Amino acid sequence: MSIQNPLKLRPHTDDRPGQRPGAALPNKMTARGVTVFYGAKQALKGIDLDIRENRVLALIGPSGCGKSTFLRCLNRMNETIEGCRVEGRIALDGEDVYGKAVDAVQLRARVGMVFQKPNPFPKSIYDNVAYGPRIHGLASGRDELDEVVQTSLKRAGLWAEVKDRLREPGTSLSGGQQQRLCIARAIAVSPEVILMDEPCSALDPIATAHIEELIDELRANYTIVIVTHNMQQAARVSQRTAFFHLGEMVECDDTEEIFTNPRDERTQGYITGRYG
Amino acid sequence: MTDLVERDVAAVTPSPSPSTAPKSRLRSEAFARRLRARHAAERRFRLAGAAAVALAALILVLLLGSIVAKGASAFLEARIRLEVTLDPAEVADRNYTALLRRALYAQFPQVTDRAGRRVLNDLLSSGAPYEIEAMVAKTPALAGTTQTIWVRADDQIDQLVKGAYRRDLPESERGISDAKVAAADALLASAALAQGFNTTLFTAGDSREPEQAGIGGAIVGSLLTLLVTMALSVPTGIAAAVYLEEFAPKNRWTDLIEVNINNLAAVPSIIFGLLGLAVFLGFFGMPRSAPLVGGLVMALMTLPVIIIASRVALKAVPPSVREAALGIGASPLQTVLHHVLPLALPGILTGTIIGMARALGETAPLLMIGMVAFVVDIPHGLTDSATVLPVQIYMWADSPERAFTERTSAAILILLGVLILLNGAAVILRKVFERRW
Repeated sequence: MSIQNPLKLRPHTDDRPGQRPGAALPNKMTARGVTVFYGAKQALKGIDLDIRENRVLALIGPSGCGKSTFLRCLNRMNETIEGCRVEGRIALDGEDVYGKAVDAVQLRARVGMVFQKPNPFPKSIYDNVAYGPRIHGLASGRDELDEVVQTSLKRAGLWAEVKDRLREPGTSLSGGQQQRLCIARAIAVSPEVILMDEPCSALDPIATAHIEELIDELRANYTIVIVTHNMQQAARVSQRTAFFHLGEMVECDDTEEIFTNPRDERTQGYITGRYG
Repeated sequence: MTDLVERDVAAVTPSPSPSTAPKSRLRSEAFARRLRARHAAERRFRLAGAAAVALAALILVLLLGSIVAKGASAFLEARIRLEVTLDPAEVADRNYTALLRRALYAQFPQVTDRAGRRVLNDLLSSGAPYEIEAMVAKTPALAGTTQTIWVRADDQIDQLVKGAYRRDLPESERGISDAKVAAADALLASAALAQGFNTTLFTAGDSREPEQAGIGGAIVGSLLTLLVTMALSVPTGIAAAVYLEEFAPKNRWTDLIEVNINNLAAVPSIIFGLLGLAVFLGFFGMPRSAPLVGGLVMALMTLPVIIIASRVALKAVPPSVREAALGIGASPLQTVLHHVLPLALPGILTGTIIGMARALGETAPLLMIGMVAFVVDIPHGLTDSATVLPVQIYMWADSPERAFTERTSAAILILLGVLILLNGAAVILRKVFERRW
């Protein structure tokens, strides 16, 4: 059964003609048989998923389906949760991120994260963005740090709004600005992958539109994985979409395919709004 | 898709007007009655709350009022004016008592007998000669001159001037002899007896003579004790709280530690005194009555308070701050030092100051380690014999002399003042650290 492009999918102009979007791109991260337990409760059941370089992968599914859990496995943020156990293999550029040789601190610098609720540090706008480069020693000297801050804020589309008030606290910004500040903070350490956990769920439609445009621009330099409850958003920003349901990954395909021609009944039911 | 649109529309448009049945129930007489009862209950509750606050305020005012009424006069002391001729020979002999007495007898030429002179001798404080001695030691050129000097009066004269004795009682019940009253009245009449600000109260150590007793020694003792307490318990307490809250695994051992810390906070303070007596004095052989031991005992006592307060403050820091820091690759220690601890600092400071204030006001454990001693000298080090403010108050309250009554109240006022200063410092520190964000 096919559904006619109800979500006004945009054609992906930057993809090579005659090819399915993203098909030939290399995998930045791969997950194989990822299983997660919170204590005795199993949250994920053997997830296999490929994350392609310079593409946006959307994770959709009803609440409690494990999409945020999966996202947090990718940069080992799950380790901070008491009683969480991860099995299976997740590789970044072919290297197991749960391997002995990989340090969680370094991994989280390479795989940045933007959270559901904007969470700027209670410091100045400048210090928010400069914090990552400072602790990782990425900028030598004041001038270089200034430049990193400026570049990051520009990339996050926030520079014009805050360039005269860099010393003001980050918490004084509006919700949408705060979230872009968090994105600027994440990209200031030049990560390779950015994970976004429902980055727009606390924002109004205008701020959401801002962030969505931003995600589309960031794709040129970063690999992005975004968890969203908003299917229109998934359709707008992502090239590939994975549908999660009750701890399983039901299907993963090009976004257009998922929304127009889902193979699984559950996917179809979810995207047409019959449940979830 | 049409499916989806319809659902959205249904969610946004208001539902059709509700049926009339529940509406009428909300407008019924019974509902109005219940509503009135609810408002009345609210008014009663507020009234009870306001009454409780008023009662507490009244008791506080009464308490403070009675202490101030009793203690305010202790900030003044009676002094006697004497024309002292500093005879060089007597000065060389340091016979200042003779000099003073000679000057006093000159004011009462009619008194020549031994008994009368003994009464006059008793008008002056036994510490008065030391005042002259200190004065001459400071400026030796005074020897050979005649100086007008106000010297401290005896505590009975002091109390008489302040009206503590009832003049209408017969001599046997009054507590001060007729002869002394007459002599004091004569001095008053010639304006040679007056009250001045009592600096002795702040600078002197303890004394058996009330007019020479001060809380200077106790204040220094309290400060030294508090210094030891703070140096030990603040870093240890905060470090323990940070470790337990941010790093320690949650298992049976940490549960056990937590339960024990909570129990320690509730242990009566005298138990800590017994512990100090057995361990620090008995086992380690540390000196008795020393601020060092007092501080150690107080540190043990305040440690659980600081740990608990700090853990609460750390717990109150939103987890999103930790996630944000960890999410860009800060190490757990960096996360705590750069983000969590600064945010928790106001709360930690408050807990610490409360602990310190408790230590400052504590008496019982210090009794066990000998800090209840009568200490005349102001302590100069951590191992000198010392006493602390609340113990000094306790000892003065026990003294029979009338003049110690007002001094006890005055010492309580000073202790309260120190506590208010400490709490004020806490408030200011809080403000300073909060403004940084």
